[in-house]
Amino acid sequence: MPTLTRKEVDEIALLARLHLEPEELERLRTELGTILDYFVTLALVDTTGVPPMTHAVPMEMVLRPDEPQPSLPVDVALKGVAKRDGDLIVVPAIIPGNDP
Amino acid sequence: MSEFWTVAETARRVAAGEITAYRLVENVLTRIRNVDRELGAFLELDLDGARNAASEIERRRTSGEPLGSLAGVPIALKDNLVTKGVATTAGSKILKGWIPPYDATVVEKLRAAGAILVGKTNLDEFGMGSSTERSSYRKTRNPWDASRVPGGSSGGSAAAVAAGLCAASLGTDTGGSIRQPAAFTGVVGLKPTYGRVSRWGVVAFASSLDQVGPITRTIADAALVLQAIAGHDPRDATSLNAPVPSYSEGLDRGVAGMTIGLPSEYFNHTIDADVRAAIERTMAALKDKGAKLVEVSLPHAELALPAYYIIAPAEASSNLARYDGVRYGKRAEAQDLLDLYRKTRGAGFGPEVKRRIMLGTYTLRSGYYDAYYKKAQQVRALIKRDFDEAFATVDVILTPTTPTAAFRFGAKVDPLDMYLADVFTLSCNLAGLPGLSVPCGLTAEGLPVGAQLLGRPLDEATLLRVGAVIEATVGLGERRPGGIT
Amino acid sequence: MTRPVTALLEEWEPVIGLEVHVQLATKSKAFSPSATTFGEPPNSLTDPLVLGLPGTLPVFNRAALELALRLGVATSSQIRARSRFARKHYFYPDLPKGYQISQYDEPLCEHGHLDLIVGGVLKRVKLTRIHLEEDAGKNTHVGAVSHVDLNRAGIPLVEVVSEPMLTSAEEAAEFMRSLHRLVRWLEISEADMEKGQLRCDANVSVRLRGEDRLGTRTELKNINSFRFVQNAVDHEIARQLRIVDSGGRIERETRLWDADAGQSAPMRSKEEANDYRYFPDPDLPPLVVDAELMAGILRTLPELPGARFERYQKEHGLSPDDARTLVSDRALADYFDAACTAHPGERSGRMIANWMLTELLGALNADGKDIAQSPMPAAMLSALVVLVESGTISGKIGKEIFTESYASGEAPLAIVERRGVQQISDEAALWEVVDRVVKANPKQAEGYASGKDGLFGFFVGAVMKETQGRANPIITSDLLHKRLGR
Repeated sequence: MPTLTRKEVDEIALLARLHLEPEELERLRTELGTILDYFVTLALVDTTGVPPMTHAVPMEMVLRPDEPQPSLPVDVALKGVAKRDGDLIVVPAIIPGNDP
Repeated sequence: MSEFWTVAETARRVAAGEITAYRLVENVLTRIRNVDRELGAFLELDLDGARNAASEIERRRTSGEPLGSLAGVPIALKDNLVTKGVATTAGSKILKGWIPPYDATVVEKLRAAGAILVGKTNLDEFGMGSSTERSSYRKTRNPWDASRVPGGSSGGSAAAVAAGLCAASLGTDTGGSIRQPAAFTGVVGLKPTYGRVSRWGVVAFASSLDQVGPITRTIADAALVLQAIAGHDPRDATSLNAPVPSYSEGLDRGVAGMTIGLPSEYFNHTIDADVRAAIERTMAALKDKGAKLVEVSLPHAELALPAYYIIAPAEASSNLARYDGVRYGKRAEAQDLLDLYRKTRGAGFGPEVKRRIMLGTYTLRSGYYDAYYKKAQQVRALIKRDFDEAFATVDVILTPTTPTAAFRFGAKVDPLDMYLADVFTLSCNLAGLPGLSVPCGLTAEGLPVGAQLLGRPLDEATLLRVGAVIEATVGLGERRPGGIT
Repeated sequence: MTRPVTALLEEWEPVIGLEVHVQLATKSKAFSPSATTFGEPPNSLTDPLVLGLPGTLPVFNRAALELALRLGVATSSQIRARSRFARKHYFYPDLPKGYQISQYDEPLCEHGHLDLIVGGVLKRVKLTRIHLEEDAGKNTHVGAVSHVDLNRAGIPLVEVVSEPMLTSAEEAAEFMRSLHRLVRWLEISEADMEKGQLRCDANVSVRLRGEDRLGTRTELKNINSFRFVQNAVDHEIARQLRIVDSGGRIERETRLWDADAGQSAPMRSKEEANDYRYFPDPDLPPLVVDAELMAGILRTLPELPGARFERYQKEHGLSPDDARTLVSDRALADYFDAACTAHPGERSGRMIANWMLTELLGALNADGKDIAQSPMPAAMLSALVVLVESGTISGKIGKEIFTESYASGEAPLAIVERRGVQQISDEAALWEVVDRVVKANPKQAEGYASGKDGLFGFFVGAVMKETQGRANPIITSDLLHKRLGR
């Protein structure tokens, strides 16, 4: 019966890069726990030998010919960028060694 | 009045010059202006685009050039369909202000058919919800009763069609998001077979479940719109390379000699009495028209909910990883990169989206993947098998679309409660089958009830055919919503 | 006070595994049609998918699959008929979708090998896997900010993973060199390390000799030349040995190599070791490799270096050294093969190899050119060799003809005829000259007869002068011996 600890919720929030307020974290902790409980029913199903279904209607890979097409003009490509330096996208530094 | 013209009628009149496309567009925009403040269906209108499209149609018509199958037909697009030059938000603050540089394939196809794309409709954020209450922008009301939800996540699309603000709309359906709002608002909603319609330009929620489909006032209209958007797209590797039949042909063939399956697991569920009654009248009508109704079993039906709520959030958590404010969308002020990611996403996503991202992240972690996602994909295969076996003996399956009619705003506070409301629509997405909701009556309170038809892969034509009989016998006829006019 | 590394190595065994990323030489990206050109202005090679815009979907590049399969076949890997792409999740500014499309559970190739020659001994290095993935963009730190250029994002890569069975820095460097040569040989990658087209991470650990279990490993990153591999790995082995010798424990960590400082430093370990949350990419159906595709790959696969190495020795009688030189570069080997095919004689390989490796490469080096830019086509070199072999010209003249032909592009035979430098092999004609020369130099003839062997060269020189260097040296020598009496 998975009940999530506060530490686990913190870890998941970090993995998902979500800043959550303490009330949000606590609410999620209980909500997720309830939802995860519900999924116990799946564990009880016998799925021996059943291949996981990847696509509803069986399909195989379709490949693309190696023909380059014109790219987006830089200004169109970067139109939505909040911070630019010329044609480069700018983000705050990763503190060296402190990989995000 | 032109508000409630069907797609077919609109196209005919425009082509015949009985009404100019300009006039039509102005009528639509006037109606939207009058009604939408209360209804809340639209997030964005494309006035310039609509008027330019109208110009082009008139130019072609007067110079004798051929018109597309949907020329002059005003169509609304759910705001998770990417539209070039027109704001696209997917109902989320994180995409506030984003103007896409490209069109979704379905948008390109509608444009090519001459449709007038009026604007973008409201939805639960990123398609995650069953009431449109989860939109970060505005509230959409049910035109039959303003105190009730229109359903979701394609609530805006359904409400707009039901209230006569456009002739048709496109929605998307991942767990019932076309069919359920169609049922709640008394219109037709079709989710095609997975892969039948291109997902290029559809803001992804759950990649293995999402499909685009038409929401219309009549079955014949649904056939026309599906015809325009279906087909293989080389830009979508999950798009099916299968021929597109004529969906309008044979719509009136009736149901004589057909066998319709009634899954006992669905009917044993708690269903609102009025909903059950409407479905029973539907069954009687079909029987009367020559169909045979038999009970079938879908033994793994109860597993659809847990399987869906593992697969969909897992895929969603992955698909939403790209929303970080770095290349587009709203970026939060931050000291360092980690802060940037956490604050942007923390502020930009609503609580339901965050809930699902957390759930999905949890289940995909190494060590958990086998027990959750992989297990759910195996269960999914079992659910599909159930349908395959059922379809060996029946042509279509009939169920209520939802266990109740439209509920009131704020009625489903517990997320699990909201998830349980999807119980009838989820299996269809898991199995990749086509599903149709068609109005089949009203409750005592005057709220629409939807009958759901599920079919074999690529058998949309049969669904439409059966739907046509339901529409003709127990449909709503000329009844219009009276909640918001 | 720790003991010297050499002493420690008697007790401890280094264990190295390499992960090498190779950019595939396709014209467009792995999953979208933007071009892959190097050195373009920043963010000029993007499209909606590269930018990770909402609603975009990947479609895989056929050429990338074909190039990867070539490598799979050339390394005798087992190739999966149905492999899957998987999403590898992490957040970084140069990774637009927040996940990299890679392969995890079901990679394209497994259990191949790469043969190395280290210290004259053959070592077969097993490859755990070769899989497909897409490259990330480039992130450059500039003070308090980072700059992101997505031109590189989405370029197709193969990742080649060796089993942890390399036992020295030298072997690691040799593995990289062999792989570098192979991917260039197969024409699947330019593999220019300065352009980042071939990049290497090394996993290094040490264990007591005789021990089966692997020690704790560290991962070395930022190795972008063969020399760095050797230095970085050597340094890391020494670092680890010093720690274990003094009773310490190795930390499981990632270390960045700093070539300038000549040392590595730990990247502070990422929070709770990255959980990449791999799962099969639902946007991409299984990748199918069928018999027809494989047949096409096998048909177009060039003869591999190892096979040519053997053949050059067996068929052409080349020395192992010459053979090795020729197979160090596909263009060299192809040139050699072309020259041999153009040349009608048999057992001519040795002479062709000789002329290639001395005269031709000498001239090319002086010009700063490589074999691919040779102004002298293979057939022309071959024609020159024919002239020398058949005795039409002497070897000495041949060298002059070579220089002129290389510079002007004129065919050797045409030059020979124009300059009239055909070798004189007519015995009667030569006897006449020999006789004349000996008669004209009685003092030297006497000197030679009395035992001054060195004077023989004088007479050879005199005959050559008389004949403008055209006298056949062997016949001349023969006739002189006869005329001079010994």
